[in-house]
Amino acid sequence: MTEPIVSYKDVHKSFGDTEVLTGIDLDIKPAEKVAVIGPSGSGKTTIIRMLMTLEQPTSGSIIVDGKNLWHMEKNGELVPANEKHLRQVRGDIGMVFQHFNLFPHMSILENCMTAPVHVQKVSKNEAKERAVEMLEKVGLGDKLDNYPNQLSGGQKQRVAMARALVMRPKIMLFDEVTSALDPELVGEVLEVIRDIAKEGEMAMVLVTHEMEFARDIADRVLFLDNGVIAEEGPPADVLENSTNERLQSFLHRFRS
Amino acid sequence: MQGIGITIKVLIGSIILGYLMAFIAGFSRLSRNPILKYLTVFYVEIFRGTSLIVQLFWLYYAMPILFGIDIGSDYWAGVLAIALNYGAYMSEIVRGSILSVAKGQKEAATALNMSRFQQMRLVIFPQAVRMMLPEFGNYLIQMLKATSLVSLIGMTDILYYGDILRSNNLSQAPTVYLLVLVFYFIMALPLIGMTKRMEKASKKGVASQ
Repeated sequence: MTEPIVSYKDVHKSFGDTEVLTGIDLDIKPAEKVAVIGPSGSGKTTIIRMLMTLEQPTSGSIIVDGKNLWHMEKNGELVPANEKHLRQVRGDIGMVFQHFNLFPHMSILENCMTAPVHVQKVSKNEAKERAVEMLEKVGLGDKLDNYPNQLSGGQKQRVAMARALVMRPKIMLFDEVTSALDPELVGEVLEVIRDIAKEGEMAMVLVTHEMEFARDIADRVLFLDNGVIAEEGPPADVLENSTNERLQSFLHRFRS
Repeated sequence: MQGIGITIKVLIGSIILGYLMAFIAGFSRLSRNPILKYLTVFYVEIFRGTSLIVQLFWLYYAMPILFGIDIGSDYWAGVLAIALNYGAYMSEIVRGSILSVAKGQKEAATALNMSRFQQMRLVIFPQAVRMMLPEFGNYLIQMLKATSLVSLIGMTDILYYGDILRSNNLSQAPTVYLLVLVFYFIMALPLIGMTKRMEKASKKGVASQ
């Protein structure tokens, strides 16, 4: 069996007095596609935000490619990670957000070039090549010099994906990336994700409400409920044959 | 009219030093170092909470006697008072603008593995500056008007010469002060134009959420 690229070990997360996640254990294999579903407030987004270092777990640990994300060793003891350590470990992770979060003061091309140049220290020429290639791949090769506010929601989200992909992550996180889109724009974004998934090399974690889509591309579906992974397995098992009542009533709401 | 030169010189000194103070204090207040942060709060509240004229007199008359600190010239006392005072106000604009850049921007920058410094330099600050511009323009005009206070410590600016003209020729007071007003207004015109342009520039390229 291959070593997991991401491993959650008894991860808890509280916001104030509310415990959102009450013990998450989860292994993700390299190149595995995992879809996370569940009612709102169940902590789906929090799971991937902790992996992106946007939210700190209250307890437990997350191992990325063999390295402890939130802790580092100092004089033989585990201490909370500093920024340098976080940057070392999270370098292979990319994320796409519900609200795109493009940089409004940069052109589309600059949005996709900035991080390779400044973070990965890639030469400008190479960064540009990578960015153009990726933007063409998501179908926006003709928008290089436009600014984010000149694009539709679907186009913005495709830029956001290109921006994450030029960093060549091993793990890509998708946080409800179609939830903020007009219904007619959802398709073009899902199409791009499908293409990326087909290439296969990256592990992907998708927090989503698109059940059909999850069934299509995921190797495994997790149903999150009351702060734990209540059900998991291949899409067909979870989405069709589960006997978990809460899952069934959750799915029922989507079918009607 | 003489005195325009002095007014402009005081204005330019105040602008440079004032903006410098605004950025230093604005960033210090956002610092995670509590000493730096509270020192800055102290500075900002003192200078916002007291009168500019009194601050000017303190710097020029009181400080040399109390602490033996002599600023050296009326020019520097004037510039320093105006810069420290307006710097305190404008530091709040710097701070507010940086805080009002959408949270998602910082998160996106984190997701691209930028360091905290890179996040500020490449993503947050460029957007925050756009928000600061209109307010900064307004303070530019206010600083021009505040320069008239330096006549009170004996600097020979526009108002100072206006006062002299009037005392030589009491019946002409309305004309003299009308002229002084006109001079200030003419000097403010390019600043007003600049503010308009800053407002326009600021409308581009800021996250709308």
